[in-house]
Amino acid sequence: MSAAFDVRYTAQLARLNLSEEEIAKFQAQLSQVLAYVEKLEKVDVTGVEPTAHANAVYNVFREDKSRDWFTSDEALANAPRAANHLFVVPKVIE
Amino acid sequence: MSLTSLSVSDLQAKLRAKEVSPSEVMRALESRIAAVDPQIHGYLSRDIGLASKLAESADVSLPLGGVPIAIKDVINVTGEPCTAGSKILVGYKSNYDATVIRKLRAAGAIPFGRTNLDEFAMGSSTENSAFGHTRNPWDTSRVPGGSSGGSAAVVAADEAFAALGSDTGGSIRQPAAFCGCVGLKPTYGRVSRFGLVAFASSLDQIGPFTKTVRDAALLLTAISGRDPQDSTSLDEPVPDYTATLGRDIKGMRIGLPREYFIEGVDPQVDAAVRAAIRHYESLGAEIVEVSLPHTEHAVGVYYIIATAEASANLARFDGVRYGHRTAEASSLVDQYGRTREEGFGPEVKRRIILGTYVLSSGYYDAYYLRAQKVRTLIRDDFTKAFEKCDAIIAPTSPEAAFKAGDRSDDPLKMYLADIFTIAANLAGICGISIPCGFAQIDGQQLPVGLQILGKSFDESRLLQIAHAYEQSTNWHKARPKGNFE
Repeated sequence: MSAAFDVRYTAQLARLNLSEEEIAKFQAQLSQVLAYVEKLEKVDVTGVEPTAHANAVYNVFREDKSRDWFTSDEALANAPRAANHLFVVPKVIE
Repeated sequence: MSLTSLSVSDLQAKLRAKEVSPSEVMRALESRIAAVDPQIHGYLSRDIGLASKLAESADVSLPLGGVPIAIKDVINVTGEPCTAGSKILVGYKSNYDATVIRKLRAAGAIPFGRTNLDEFAMGSSTENSAFGHTRNPWDTSRVPGGSSGGSAAVVAADEAFAALGSDTGGSIRQPAAFCGCVGLKPTYGRVSRFGLVAFASSLDQIGPFTKTVRDAALLLTAISGRDPQDSTSLDEPVPDYTATLGRDIKGMRIGLPREYFIEGVDPQVDAAVRAAIRHYESLGAEIVEVSLPHTEHAVGVYYIIATAEASANLARFDGVRYGHRTAEASSLVDQYGRTREEGFGPEVKRRIILGTYVLSSGYYDAYYLRAQKVRTLIRDDFTKAFEKCDAIIAPTSPEAAFKAGDRSDDPLKMYLADIFTIAANLAGICGISIPCGFAQIDGQQLPVGLQILGKSFDESRLLQIAHAYEQSTNWHKARPKGNFE
């Protein structure tokens, strides 16, 4: 399975640019890690339910009521760029 | 005995007897940090002005009144930085308190100082911090463990009375073992994660580093409880965790998992843990053998689940709302890619790649889903084992603190350092590491940690068992020599 592992493609999915050097290094290191985790193939998991959370709770509801939270100034306090009470990002649509 | 070497409980006694004021405590602590931290580098930042002001109005009658507590730089405190050990959060300033901070303040404590960590809590040595290594106070050529290495080191070096850390796969217990202090990972859902920078949300838990088991119980009592801001925190009653301390442990059944006493454990660590087991027998505990048959798969399961969750959690670092943003970007997608390339360090990048891969189309079932199923088997192992015993004992780490640089370029070897701590996070149970002896390595005394694991929400008994050992031995009284040369 790990033979199909392609750092360059995966990095694109993760929106993470990597240098050529990092690509080569991670390819080698993570292939080793994947070969290790593939030991899990040997475990019989027939009929076993997956665990997503150790102490699972379902449908935690709260009242649909507004409460105090960040003001827009507070929410924007750490923004690299902001204007008119909005985050500024590079143009998305032409 | 100097003021800063006191435990939280002893400090409180002095504060309440008015032998010392909170302001004097703060000054003594600051001068200890100034003297020691250049050698240890446990702190990333601290605001003595703000803390001194809080000390002036501290109410020492409160459960933690006037006690300064160091905070891992991954927990939000209003007005303070929260770098998570990453360049991507340089310049970020929190404008809210994490729930644990709100609770500490309500108990009268003073959050003071931000401790170093592996970037985004990913690592076992604190060498992955973007802001320099923390050194082990017992031997400064060695690592303090990780990821909460700063919190462990400042407590061990008496430059904090207590600290908070977070534990995703051993990040509290392993550094506590390496630095010779007490480190407690509460049951998943015991402590709110609101305001903790998320690494792996189904595994992360905040917990205390302290000099004594009693102090760990005090801090746990203060920070526990259901929080509407964290839907995974559970509505279980919060007892006074100091109430069971000192009670007899005669007849308690302590389980030894045969899979944890294996080749590859350092002989001196093995000897210290076996001596601790004999000690428990002498205290009247009944030692029973138990089995956790899926132990060998815990590291594999962990590095799939933790990286998968991390890859999703760290998607928020995109240069839009906070943190670093690349100076040059031709498009929004280009901005994401460059910002993340510039902001994240190598281990975080590795884990994002691994996590993205195991979740990607075509591989999800083979890796992620399978890992979640094996996680069920690991949980079931503990459920069965706890039918036969009240707590489980094992080494915290297979070895004492290793040399800085020893394995920083071998991820797999670094991951295997967590072999004894990871399963507790996967199963969601509670665990503690307490000092149980020393290994003599290269002429240095290095602490060895004893790990005790308890059932979910059974912290009272866990602390009782840990306390019984601590109070009948002297290991917790040992201190690294003060010059740190």
